[in-house]
Order: sequence, then C-alpha cells, then structure tokens
Amino acid sequence: MSALLEVRGLHVEILLAGGLLKAVRDVTFTVDRGQTLALVGESGCGKSLTALAVMDLLPPRAQRRAERLRFEGLDLRKARTRRMADLRGNKIAMIFQEPMTSLNPCYTIGNQLQEAMLRHRKVSRKEAQDRAVFLLEKVGITAAASRLRQYPHQLSGGLRQRVMIAMGLMCGPAMIIADEPTTALDVTIQAQILSLLASLQKEFQMGLLLITHDLGIVARVADRVNVMYCGEVVESGEALQIFDNPLHPYTQGLLRCIPIPGKTKPGEHLGSIPGVVPTPIGDLKGCAFRNRCAFLSNACTAENVVLREISNDRAYRCLLSPETCAQNLRGRST
Amino acid sequence: MSEPVLKIRNLTKTYRVGMGLLKGKRPLRALNGVSLSVEKGQVLGLVGESGCGKSTIAKLILRLEEMTGGSILLDGKDVSAIGRTELARRIQPVFQDPYASLNPRKSVRSIISLPLRVHKVGDPGSWKGRVEEIMEIVGLVPRLKNSFPNQLSGGQRQRVAVARALIMRPEIVICDEPTSALDVSVQSQILNLLMDLRKDFGLTYLLITHNLAVVEHMASRVAVMYLGRIVEEAETRSIFENPRHPYTRALLASVLTPEPGLGLPETHLGIVYPNPIDPPPGCTFHPRCPEATQVCREVPPEPIRENGHLVECHHPRN
Repeated sequence: MSALLEVRGLHVEILLAGGLLKAVRDVTFTVDRGQTLALVGESGCGKSLTALAVMDLLPPRAQRRAERLRFEGLDLRKARTRRMADLRGNKIAMIFQEPMTSLNPCYTIGNQLQEAMLRHRKVSRKEAQDRAVFLLEKVGITAAASRLRQYPHQLSGGLRQRVMIAMGLMCGPAMIIADEPTTALDVTIQAQILSLLASLQKEFQMGLLLITHDLGIVARVADRVNVMYCGEVVESGEALQIFDNPLHPYTQGLLRCIPIPGKTKPGEHLGSIPGVVPTPIGDLKGCAFRNRCAFLSNACTAENVVLREISNDRAYRCLLSPETCAQNLRGRST
Repeated sequence: MSEPVLKIRNLTKTYRVGMGLLKGKRPLRALNGVSLSVEKGQVLGLVGESGCGKSTIAKLILRLEEMTGGSILLDGKDVSAIGRTELARRIQPVFQDPYASLNPRKSVRSIISLPLRVHKVGDPGSWKGRVEEIMEIVGLVPRLKNSFPNQLSGGQRQRVAVARALIMRPEIVICDEPTSALDVSVQSQILNLLMDLRKDFGLTYLLITHNLAVVEHMASRVAVMYLGRIVEEAETRSIFENPRHPYTRALLASVLTPEPGLGLPETHLGIVYPNPIDPPPGCTFHPRCPEATQVCREVPPEPIRENGHLVECHHPRN
C-alpha cells in the first residue's frame, strides 16, 4: 500500500539579496494513515517551510523542487492552483500556531467553520452548521450552537485552538498538518489539546504531520520523528529509538539541553550546544553541523554528508559509525 | 535561616476594567492577598497559568505599577519609602522577549551602559571598561559592543538583557519567563549563565515561568499561583515529591518531558479557566478540580502551613 503523503528529495530555495538561501535541502519522509510524524528542530531549521512546500503555500520568492511529492497517489508537483485549492481544507487540513492570528477577527466562528465545507462540498448551510456544532462538541466545547455566533476575541486561547481543530476536521480530511499547535497555550491546556488531537487522529485514521520545536511533545505524541537542522534531516526513525538511542551529535546535544524533573540534577549545568546555526547561503560543503560539533574531523569539512540508512526505518546524517555515536552518548552522560 | 531580603505581605492589586461604553467599570482582582518571602541567595520559582497574576507581582515589586493594598519590604524597609533610583539599583528585571525589551535604535554598548548613566556612577571614562567587563561575564564577545539588537541572535540578545540588569550589581533579579522565547539549546545556555551568576554575585532570583522543569532545575522554593492567590508554596523537593494541592498535581502531570512511551497525561482539569472579573465562589479552583466537594463550592479555603509547606485547599493530600 502506498503512503498517504510521500515526500522525497524536497528542496526549498529563497532568492535573497545576499544570495540563494537553501532553506530546505533534500528532505524525505512519508506519512501513513493513522500515523504521526514529527518534524522537530529549532527555529529556522526549515520545518515550517517544509509543510508550506507540501501545501504549495510558499511565499512568492521561494521555489520548491522535489523528486517526488505525492498525496494519495496524486503528484502535487504537477497539480495546478485550482487542484491544490480543492485539496486544502478538504483532504489536507492545516492547524497553525497562533489561533488568534489565524482566525479572522471580523467573522463569527460559525461562519469560518462552515466556509471550507461550503466551498468543497455540495451541502446546504444548515448541513454545514450541523456539522460545525457536531465537531465543536467533539472537540469539547460546551454550548456549541451558541458559540457559532461568537467572534474569535470572545474565546480564550485554548478554546480558539479547539475551534481551529474543529475547522480542520469539517471536511473529514485524510491528513492534518499541525504547525506548533500548542506553543501559544498554557501547559495544562497544551496537554488537553494534544490528547484531543491524538484521539481524533486515531478515531478518523488521519495522517498527522506535527511540526514542533518541543522534544517533550514529540516524545509523547509521535510515532516517527525527523530531526531537522539547518534545512536538512539529520536523523530519522521511530520515536522510541530516537529518544533511547539518539545517534546524531545534534540530537544528542538537544536532549542534554532539557531539564527533566527527577533525572537531571537540580542546580547542575545543563548540556548546551555552543555556537549558532549557520545560514545556508551559497556553495554548501561539508556537514552543516560541523561548526558546533564536538566530534569534528577533517572529513566533516571536506565532503558533503549524506543521510545514511542503518536499517529499514532508521537513518542519520553523520560520518561517525553508529557504534561510535552510541559511545559518544554514553561517554557524555557518565 | 537567614533574614528574608524580600518580604511580601498580603499584597493585593485591583484593576478597574471597562465593561463597555456605558456599562461602567468593574474591579478585577489580579492579586488577592499574596504573601511571600525570599531569602538572600535563594531562587524562588513562581509558577501558574497565564492570567494568574505572576507578572503582576513582578511589576509591583519593581514599582512599575502601584499596589492596591499590602506591603513589600526590601531588607525590612517598605519599597514605597525607597526612592525609585535606589530601588532600581537593588532590583533589576530580565524580561521574556529580548526582541521587545531592547531598544532597536541603540547599540549594545549604549543599552548596557544606560544604568551607569542614569545612576551617574563614576566618570564616563570608566564606563567603557565596566561595559566590557560585564559583557565578558555574560559571555558576549567584545566586538558586539557596537552592534544593534537586530544583528544579534535571540540568545545574544537575552545575554545583553542580563548584562544590563547586572551592571549595577543588584541584589535581586526578577526573571520573568527569561527563556520562553528561546530555542532549547539556547535556553540551556541562558539557564547555565543565570546559575553561574547567582553563585558568583550572590544574587537572589525571583524566577517567574510556566515551565516546571526549569523551576525544578533552578529554584530552591516554589510558589504555585492560581487566580491571584498562592495555593501552594514549599521547598522545591517537597513540591515535586509531595504536591498537596490538586492544581499543583495537574501542573506537574502536564510537564511533557522527552521520555517516550509515557504518553499524554490526563490532567482531569476542565477546560474553563474562570473569568477573573467574576471569580467562582468558595475555592476559586473548584470548577476545574476533580476532587471538589460541597464545602469547596461555598467556603474559601484557609492557608495551612505544616513544616514550611503551605497549601490552600480543603482536601490537601498528605
């Protein structure tokens, strides 16, 4: 069975005054029905651009190219504007970070909920409204019918994000792309929204592409993980493997940066990654992480590092052998 | 036990909130009788959801806003009796968003040296040396001194904010979400820096954050706030090992650590955060509390203090 979404060799380039910014380079992943793939990385690593490239929503100066870009067997590279518009909000729904800025303040919740359905389906306003009420209840909003007449500013952040999720579900999409869906929310609300998203995903057997910088969320929600750094996937695999046995020095470094109650010793220095992320402009040669890596060798500068597959389901972009990487991990933690 | 350097007693702050053109104004009780004390060299973590009043406490301590009632004592002296400049010398803030808290039109050198100029410390000739000294301490390379904030990364900007706060060698630094706007790898750098500086300069921190993992790592004591009240306050270990208030337990359960296989927590909290203009009667937490009983709906709980562990709940867990 072919995957729901299949992306291979995706590049996004943005023409800037200073040169060509290679913002996303050679990104490959697949998402199946009922599966959650997390794209995780720090700001500027290209995770959001990757999602926008899939949706064909890139800013005008950005160009995408890919070896393969298929959704439900349809080649998205060849899909025209009209065809893409038929997909968005219908087969693929997107949930953005800031529910205040992604909801239109001038229209009621009801109006915005119904919009996508009226656009994509031959339904009456009444049917769309019934579906909206059904979904608002589904996402845990009480007095749903009266909420339809409210405006976004009358709702709290958590409720707005629930409305966004309900909006995404209106047409029964096969896939949801959630870009930092809980970053603007309180911790208690975050846990609720994530549980909601996960249970709806299981119920409707949707593919979920989750974009986040929070490794905590990834560990709890994702089935598979792609760790991104400076526009590239540096490590991919099953979530359990990535967290138990991270291979790439960047993944290892990131995990050491995070305090875990009961595990990290209070008051002790946390791990950190020195240096800053380079800007991928111009002729790129060598490993993108080399200027921050503790295991730098001459080879890292000389050659471009390819994503190495060590098993069917596991790959990483480093010249060190998996055994050496595992040793590095143990060496640092003791 | 040393004397508290900062003592807050029964602090209240009421805002008047307009309800619409002709509807007049109603009081919003942002702080409703908060008492806290911070000992010298301690790190007090203040946690709670947005809107619970944690930043209001910071603003009142810094006297950016005037309190409605209660008192704040700095070394036993009321802050309202201390002059503005002296207070600024002794208490300094580091805010959440280094993109917003630095003037984009000023160079790094100018931003860091502003407190020296305001307080007229020494002669202008010595300022350059002091700026370079503090830049080195917070880990900024000297060549950045003529840069402008937009040329710096988020971590560097937060270091500038820390340098500006520390150049007058204050006793207390109020860190209001100091790392929330930063990436994880940068967050750990700033946290390490704050911990080092505390040791080197004997600083006292009030650490305001919603990230409980950071609090556990940094703080010696923790105060949990809900709707303008402190609902639990104790030593960090005591809070994390023996959380007595149901809200504290829900907060702790919500911390998503990078430990796969644990799945998502069920907090058993309702989704409604109460409207602070119209707080619920009795215990303000009861509409969301899984353990609420009749008494919770009617009678506000009294604070209970046992072995330095304060909790405000009718049914605290032992």
